Amino acid sequence: MSSQRTIHSRAIALWAFALAVPLLAGAAVFAVMGSDPLAAYSVMFQGAFGSWGRFSEVLVKASALSLTGLAVILAARMNLWNIGCEGQLVMGAVFATAAALHLGDTLPAALMLPCAALCGMAGGALWASGPAWLRSRLGVSEIITTLLLNYVAIALMEHLYFGIWRDPAGFGFPGTAMFAEAARLPRLAGTRVHPGLLAGIAGAILLAWALAKTRWGYELTVMGLGPKAASYAGMDAARRGLWVLMASGAIAGLAGMAEVTGIHYRLQQGVAVGYGYDGVIVACLARLHPALAPPAAIVLAAVLVGGEYLQTKMRLPSAASLVIEAALLLSLLWLQARKKR
Amino acid sequence: MNDFAFLLSLTLKSSMAVLLAAQGEVLSERAGVINLGQEGMMLMGAFIGYLVGYLTGNAALAFAAAGLVGSLLALLHGFFAIRLGANQLLSGIALSILGAGLANFMGRGFIGKPGLRVGEWPIPVLSDLPMVGKAVFGQNALVYVAVLVTVAMWFALSRTRWGLTVRACGENPTAADAMGAPVIRTRFTAVALGGFLSGMAGAYLSLVFTPGWKEGISAGQGWIAVAIVIFSGWRPLGALAGSLFFGFLSALQFFSQATGNNVVPLYILRILPYVLTILTLSFAAALGRRGRAPAGLGKPFFREH
Repeated sequence: MSSQRTIHSRAIALWAFALAVPLLAGAAVFAVMGSDPLAAYSVMFQGAFGSWGRFSEVLVKASALSLTGLAVILAARMNLWNIGCEGQLVMGAVFATAAALHLGDTLPAALMLPCAALCGMAGGALWASGPAWLRSRLGVSEIITTLLLNYVAIALMEHLYFGIWRDPAGFGFPGTAMFAEAARLPRLAGTRVHPGLLAGIAGAILLAWALAKTRWGYELTVMGLGPKAASYAGMDAARRGLWVLMASGAIAGLAGMAEVTGIHYRLQQGVAVGYGYDGVIVACLARLHPALAPPAAIVLAAVLVGGEYLQTKMRLPSAASLVIEAALLLSLLWLQARKKR
Repeated sequence: MNDFAFLLSLTLKSSMAVLLAAQGEVLSERAGVINLGQEGMMLMGAFIGYLVGYLTGNAALAFAAAGLVGSLLALLHGFFAIRLGANQLLSGIALSILGAGLANFMGRGFIGKPGLRVGEWPIPVLSDLPMVGKAVFGQNALVYVAVLVTVAMWFALSRTRWGLTVRACGENPTAADAMGAPVIRTRFTAVALGGFLSGMAGAYLSLVFTPGWKEGISAGQGWIAVAIVIFSGWRPLGALAGSLFFGFLSALQFFSQATGNNVVPLYILRILPYVLTILTLSFAAALGRRGRAPAGLGKPFFREH
């Protein structure tokens, strides 16, 4: 009983330390830039939790982060690292935009959003399919290929909204025309919170259930242990990996669809802001447990929203959030490595 | 200068950052440590190189500072990968995010401010050769440095005792340890030296290639360097060939902009380096890859007790 308690309190102390490190790293950066770390943190906290309006922005970012986090978790459970969620999110946004701009006349209004969601998922899956195929057939590292495609996706998206999709009535503004009402997600009164948040939560529950309770999830876990384990059990890990990476891309694509139909109402600059990369940190913070992805996303979203407030309030660059994120990832790795040895 | 010489000159200029970073990654990986933090080390190298150049006006100092900051970041990765035996892939990705965050944070106030510009450093006599003389021998000093680094890396890895130790640590650290080689120390040294090169690669971008500081100045070149190392078969000279290929693709962009030649749309030229890097990686894999990854790559080493 008492030993049980020591183990618990030690685990808590370790976690507390792991969470303190990124805060200290951030404090060091603030201090170097000549500002008071405590003041900076209190501004960040206010920025994220100071009012319902501000907290609602945390929820807005958390919707995208839950989805990209889940995308990373799904693939990581099979020991595949999808670092290309950024590009898949962008392609999801592009495909959803294509639906919103070009199917408006032919599609009944009620079908517009479901169709955009499907298109977004298809775009993300398509973008992941190349790396998935190369990985399963040729054994090419999915880390490098998914990552390099991020740059390609962003270049293609910019080509579209600077070029053929540019709003003719936009006075040269780089972006598409605004979407019609039917292609806009509803919002919670007075905020920008959209159903993407529910998708993140539902996806987390669904994936947690599938991994824990279904044969599919069981097989995924076995295959994640290593190719040998899987082949002994008569499973085709390469084939499964192909579908899992594409499903992972589809989830990230859905996040992109929700960004354009729920936040921007158009394709424009500001769609690719790093939610894909943040997904890796969400996944690690959630320790690859889908059910923990939404709370982990809220933590990270709070850091991001706080960082933006820091920029408007204290004129400190919001890149501070990136430093805190990276330190968080490193200290999680430290925690994990400690446990392993 | 005729078109061919112009394109050749642009190719050399565009290859050098990726070449330096790729040599750094070759060294690190031959010692057994994957460092996916290239992008972060390059970005910090670019910013610190710019900053020191801006403050002191001394190019040598700027490059040294950039190299040192690259080494420091690499050592941080080394601590996680070598000491703790943490997941190297994730630790490298964390390093990439950290480098981008730090550089963007500190560099905010410097965007658009002109800094130090390192100009050409023509080699006498050779640069007066007809045709390609000026294109090859009329380059900035870093081009020669990067080529020398490549040759030195090839020589060090394949012809020296230290290189043998490095390779042993990457192939079979347990055996290397049994032979009395200092595995941990060698790995740390290789990672730190690799980081130095990546930091210099970044400074090349902010002082020579596109002088000045802007966010995301490396535009994925760190990741391309990692890919080049894989399809080069972990060999310095192969990495040179891969970097020149990448440089040629980037040069096509500038070439078509400078000459107003729009046969291929610009966005295609923009995505070409990334897409062709992926394709080359795939072909190398499909052809049964000429090179083989070091057997102990990515595996932490702890002495058994």
